[in-house]
Amino acid sequence: MAVARYLDRQGDGVRRREIVTPEGIPIQFTLASIGERMTALVIDIAIVMGAVLATVFMAAIASPGKDEWISALALLLVTLSRHFYFAFFELRGHGATPGKRAAGIRVIDARGGSLEASAVLARNLVRELEMWMPLTFLFASSVVWPDAPVWMWVVAGGWLIVVALLPLFNKDNLRVGDLIGGTLVVVQPKVQLRADLAAPTAAKALATATRSTYTFTEAQLEVYGVYELQVLEGLLRGEAAADPGAVSTVADKIRTKLQYTERVPLGQDEKFLADFYTALRAHLEKRMLFGKRRADKHDRAR
Amino acid sequence: MTAVPNLAVPPITGDATLRSVHFRREREGTWRQLEELLTRVHDKGLSGLAAEELAVLPHLYRATLSSLSVARAISLDRALIEYLESLVSRSYVVVYGSRERVRTRISDFLRWRFPAAVRAARWHLALSILFTLAGGVIAFEMVSRDSDTYYMFVDASMASGRDPSAPTSELRDGLYEEQDFNHGLTYFASSLFNNNSRVGIMAFALGFLAGVPTLILLFYNGLMLGAFAALYDSRGLSVDLWGWLLPHGVTELLAIILCGAAGFLLAHALVFPGAEPRLDALRRRGRQAAEIVLGAVIMLFIAGLIEGIFRQTVTSLTVRYGVAGATALWWIVYLGWFGRARARLEGAPWR
Repeated sequence: MAVARYLDRQGDGVRRREIVTPEGIPIQFTLASIGERMTALVIDIAIVMGAVLATVFMAAIASPGKDEWISALALLLVTLSRHFYFAFFELRGHGATPGKRAAGIRVIDARGGSLEASAVLARNLVRELEMWMPLTFLFASSVVWPDAPVWMWVVAGGWLIVVALLPLFNKDNLRVGDLIGGTLVVVQPKVQLRADLAAPTAAKALATATRSTYTFTEAQLEVYGVYELQVLEGLLRGEAAADPGAVSTVADKIRTKLQYTERVPLGQDEKFLADFYTALRAHLEKRMLFGKRRADKHDRAR
Repeated sequence: MTAVPNLAVPPITGDATLRSVHFRREREGTWRQLEELLTRVHDKGLSGLAAEELAVLPHLYRATLSSLSVARAISLDRALIEYLESLVSRSYVVVYGSRERVRTRISDFLRWRFPAAVRAARWHLALSILFTLAGGVIAFEMVSRDSDTYYMFVDASMASGRDPSAPTSELRDGLYEEQDFNHGLTYFASSLFNNNSRVGIMAFALGFLAGVPTLILLFYNGLMLGAFAALYDSRGLSVDLWGWLLPHGVTELLAIILCGAAGFLLAHALVFPGAEPRLDALRRRGRQAAEIVLGAVIMLFIAGLIEGIFRQTVTSLTVRYGVAGATALWWIVYLGWFGRARARLEGAPWR
């Protein structure tokens, strides 16, 4: 149904993936990094271990002397949590185990559908092969196989390394479980709506007057495109506000470029830029309605 | 509050306000409402929402999704588009994250999805049975001819004294040994369920390596069984052995064979994906296989209970065979016929 595309639009090295929702609208996710996934995994393993130990400990206090029961209970718990902890919490928590929640990541369906229970099961049952078996061998082989030969450690260690590194060798950071389940692990997006710079109320906050004091001609608004508009937006929102003189520098540059003749009093540069932003956005949005989207100042095609 | 939001593109107004500003002003309430619900879902899960809020969530999501596509067309406010994108992707995760409750899923699974998954894998199941049988027959023949070959198939820790050097009386006694309940339970939890479920899941996961390890695992399982059968057969203990083995063995063997079939499903997708892209085939069959494995793990749990508790306390051959027959009949009926109508109605759920 939906086909996902790869994006690396911003060129900042962050891997993005576009998913087409069942409604047919593309939305973007940032892929979780290996570090985030490791963090989540370590937290989850700690929770599993902690829960099992705590239960066994409490059972031991509650019924002293019944060692057989306790070891039976412990083993059952270990088995169940090892196989089903991840699947259970990913199903309940919209694709996030407690560890993933803490690390701010989630599992989603790679093709944009809903996250099926069978997909969650598939991606987590494979953990037995990917994670638990090699881990057991590396850390507790004396319990599982008393006189395990050295080559077994080499095999287990080698296997663990190959599987652990698999996510590094494909563009989606997929592990074997993700391949079989058809899933992706993405960063849980943050949400924050900021004021609209072109809205009168926002303009009031930025400058003293509510109405535009500076006006621009059609020709002056033809100089820049969407890219410049959004860089200006970033400047006005104080995103690159390292340099206090940036506002007047940019204002000067723009005035030169536009051959702007009207005098702008000292300290009014921000107001000038805000007005220019609003005027330019109005102009470009109007053009956009007629299907003419101007990407940047070099875009002269239309 | 719960009204379905207005989806129309805002009209062009006479005042100087930008169309995109107007648009935002009109829709912002919807977004804020969605954002507020999402925050609560994030903190407390879906149970943090009242029934009507739960009902309005998908509407708010779709309205916001439509806002996003309108915004992409008419607005150049980068902050707004970024906000809508993240809001939509966050609610997408919730709306499409899980459709049914865990309880509904479990009952669906038991009523039709598991048997349907098994039926859809009947050829893989046949292959799995074939390899187990082949191992069994080969080992049986070899051990019957030369009892020393027994040691090739069953290692000392597995045999624990049950080997060709043991006297017949000892072998017989082993089959009718009674143990106390507590011991049986510990035994169940430790060696039976734990080990078997691990072997089963491995048989599935190893299918990823083109199914070769799965094949070896099944074949080896068959070899061990065949060797045991030959040993007891040579002492005239066949009837006693199967009486000891089958009450839980029907369920347990079937479960391991099912896991093998699941492994073959993965291998099938990888090696012979057919017209589909390999990853799509893997994803589709992987999901089907996962359901089979989950069912098999449940079966292993049942088998472990029978083996750990029932077998240690019941020594009557008639009862043992009765239980074996009953479980066999049950699994045939369950896996063969349960949920057929529902499966036909819903179609193959693995896409």
